[in-house]
Amino acid sequence: MKRNIVIVLLILVCFLLQSTVFKTLSIASISPNLLIILTSSFGFMGGKKEGLWVGLLCGLLEDVFYGRLLGMHAVIYMYIGYANGYFNQIFYGEDIKLPLALISVSELIYGFGMYAVMFMMRSRFAVTYYMTRIILPELLYTIVVTLVLYRLIYFINLRLEDKDVRS
Amino acid sequence: MRRKEKFTIPGKYILFVFTVLCVGAMSLSFLTDFDGGVLNRISGYVLIPVQKGINTAGGWIRSRVENLEDLNKVKDENAMLREQVAELTLENNSLLQERYELEDLRELYDLDDEYSDLNKLAANVIGKDTGNWFNMFIIDKGAEDGILVDMNVIAGGGLVGIVTKTGPDWAQVRSIIDDMSNVSAMILKTSDLCYVRGDLQMMTEGTMQLNELRDPDDEVEPGDKVVTSHTSAKFHKGILIGYVNEIATDANNLTRSGSLTPAVDFEHLSTVLVITDLKQQVDTE
Repeated sequence: MKRNIVIVLLILVCFLLQSTVFKTLSIASISPNLLIILTSSFGFMGGKKEGLWVGLLCGLLEDVFYGRLLGMHAVIYMYIGYANGYFNQIFYGEDIKLPLALISVSELIYGFGMYAVMFMMRSRFAVTYYMTRIILPELLYTIVVTLVLYRLIYFINLRLEDKDVRS
Repeated sequence: MRRKEKFTIPGKYILFVFTVLCVGAMSLSFLTDFDGGVLNRISGYVLIPVQKGINTAGGWIRSRVENLEDLNKVKDENAMLREQVAELTLENNSLLQERYELEDLRELYDLDDEYSDLNKLAANVIGKDTGNWFNMFIIDKGAEDGILVDMNVIAGGGLVGIVTKTGPDWAQVRSIIDDMSNVSAMILKTSDLCYVRGDLQMMTEGTMQLNELRDPDDEVEPGDKVVTSHTSAKFHKGILIGYVNEIATDANNLTRSGSLTPAVDFEHLSTVLVITDLKQQVDTE
């Protein structure tokens, strides 16, 4: 129970930071995607089901405030969280290489998903442009933020697991 | 491990159920006016107060930092400004002449009346789109302050966007530079109609698309003012959108297209005005 509350709070904080602070810290009007870091991290740290819930909540938040189709982000995030859950077995935590790789791939999938659904459908085919202007810079910025944020998430996760075992 | 024992429903069923729900919600919001109803309300009450707080705090810090920076700049600027005063006095004279011209034009288009007659409500921008694909933002005034969907939003004399969704004390605004925005516009000088579309690709250069301009005599030149047209269903007539940047004849030889520079600085939006009068619509039924 405590774990769930902490995770929900973490999601809310990240969402708020992303729509306010990180928008003013944006470089060349690109800002990092904290929600994908959260979804992906809890996917491979807590398993498929946890990834699914975290993804759903992150996506819904984005949909309600900034989306035009309610549920679109929710679906994308949910599947990303669920897919990350498959890597739960080979996740050991000390190493940052696997999380970094998984978060990067998730971010890429999110980027291409958004492009496919919202832009290709409206016959905007300049893939290379969107790739170099939006997807890759966002990926790069997200990776940089991951290096810091992931350690925090990992630490919180450890503390929560600790509490769960003891109680 | 512990969690798996507690919940008995396997993950894939949950995944399936929510996929169906989300796809349902998507088609519902695409086909009808459904915009999340209760969800808007709940999430608004939880998040908006915090968001307002963060922004006030952020704004305060930023203004402190800027104060320090400003102090250094002020000295340099002072010298520069003195030079400029001399220049500007000269310019002022020519501007005065232009003002008479402007007054004539305004009279011609009844802009003055239209603008000042409309009721406006000031609002703060408290959050921007979390992704990098679109240009939506939310403001701290909502349905309880009388904001309705389709109200026009302006800032600094130029058109910013349109309200697309409202919560109890927040509203979502789609800016005109957003990739899905399409505004019916006209060239102020010639009253020729055209369309102004946002474009993610052109956004980085700070311009927007100007499409389907019928201008058989090639009268429109770069620098001409573009305002919202009288034929627009949702936008009030005569709100400044921007200035023509470049213009070229289309392949069909009938219309002209090009780009325009918006009048509003979208990177640094913090306060906007919502026009609380909806454009009067003729019921066609």
